[in-house]
Amino acid sequence: MPDAPGLELIAQELNEAHEGAVLDTYHDRGQACLIVDPERILAALGWLRDTPGQEYRFLASVHGVDYLPASPRFGVVYELLNMPRVERIRVRAALEDPGPGALPELSSAVELFPTAEFQEREVYDFFGIVFRGHPDLRRILMPEEYVGWPQRRDFPVGGEPVIFTHNERETPRWTQ
Amino acid sequence: MEVKREKIRALAPLSQPRSPEELRVRQLRARDLLRGDLEGEELDKHVEDSVLATTLERVLNWGRANALFPATFGLACCAIEMMSIVSPRYDIARFGAEAMRASPRQADMLILSGRVSIKMAPVVRRLFDQMLEPKWVISMGACSSSGGMFSNYAVVQGADKFMPVDIHVPGCPPRPEALMYGFNKLQRMIVGNPDPGWRTRYNAAGTEEWAREEAIVAGGVDEYAAAHELARSAADPTADAGAEQPGGGA
Repeated sequence: MPDAPGLELIAQELNEAHEGAVLDTYHDRGQACLIVDPERILAALGWLRDTPGQEYRFLASVHGVDYLPASPRFGVVYELLNMPRVERIRVRAALEDPGPGALPELSSAVELFPTAEFQEREVYDFFGIVFRGHPDLRRILMPEEYVGWPQRRDFPVGGEPVIFTHNERETPRWTQ
Repeated sequence: MEVKREKIRALAPLSQPRSPEELRVRQLRARDLLRGDLEGEELDKHVEDSVLATTLERVLNWGRANALFPATFGLACCAIEMMSIVSPRYDIARFGAEAMRASPRQADMLILSGRVSIKMAPVVRRLFDQMLEPKWVISMGACSSSGGMFSNYAVVQGADKFMPVDIHVPGCPPRPEALMYGFNKLQRMIVGNPDPGWRTRYNAAGTEEWAREEAIVAGGVDEYAAAHELARSAADPTADAGAEQPGGGA
């Protein structure tokens, strides 16, 4: 784990290499996170992977987040790992909601990390975030004909009321 | 050993121990029958003693109920409990259903042991369709019966939305004893002696599918509702008739 000054050093070097790539950093509970401009996510990930001294060569996880009341609404989080030093760093791209009918877009990291293929499909499946340049962007867990993005916070929870002895008075005539 | 024998005798006394002479008479009768020498009253007596009259259908159902082949099919954590019913401790072989079949073509009972996700539902339905008639389905646990705790976007809220289910076993997960009990209920259903008890308990008298269909055929939904109310009040005489139907009598 880079500590807080180490994280600032990484952010500074990354900003020197790619002007304006890092928007913010935070260090919380021993975990380091870089918040990156979504347009330069590939540059940042590639820099972290290939620069001598960084060498975060393993992409442990990609996941999506929906911070609904907040803006920007969506986040795509990349967890990178340096195996020899056992150091982890988190890279987050914050995406605006493009409004109804459109989907947020981000560049695919499959070229850099082949393991991102299935994980980006999962993010697409649950959050409807389109990864540009992904070789095979389909749903991976839900059925292919499924409609909607079920892990978004404005997606209805689902299910249906079930009659029990304790609530049958509130739902009379439940059979019709 | 002597003590043990006394105990068994005390539990099940032989009310009318057969005498050796009677046994000898029966043996002679059987021998004469095989030789073709038995006739008249003796023949009647022999047939009365040794033949059980029944219908072919009953015999068939009796055989089916006592030789069910379950499909080897687990969906989730309930499957662990389902596996243990073939273990020596619970031993479903006592009821003749120990032959788990790995192919739906050979199985005639499907135990839905766990939640059915909407992606799995077509697969389950296909398995069910591949089973040969007659076939039965036990829905085991809360999830496959009603969705259970998975009241969300991914899980079918009750397996009977897409396939017929004969027995629902409640529990999360049900203990193996509960599954055995459900299986015994299924056996009673197969031999034609079902005991549906839950409708009275849940005030659901009149919600049977046959009742609904008959009422709709007879006179439409209103009549069905009236029949339903009648059945409810009959099943639960303490229910407050006035509170639920304001102005119903006017």
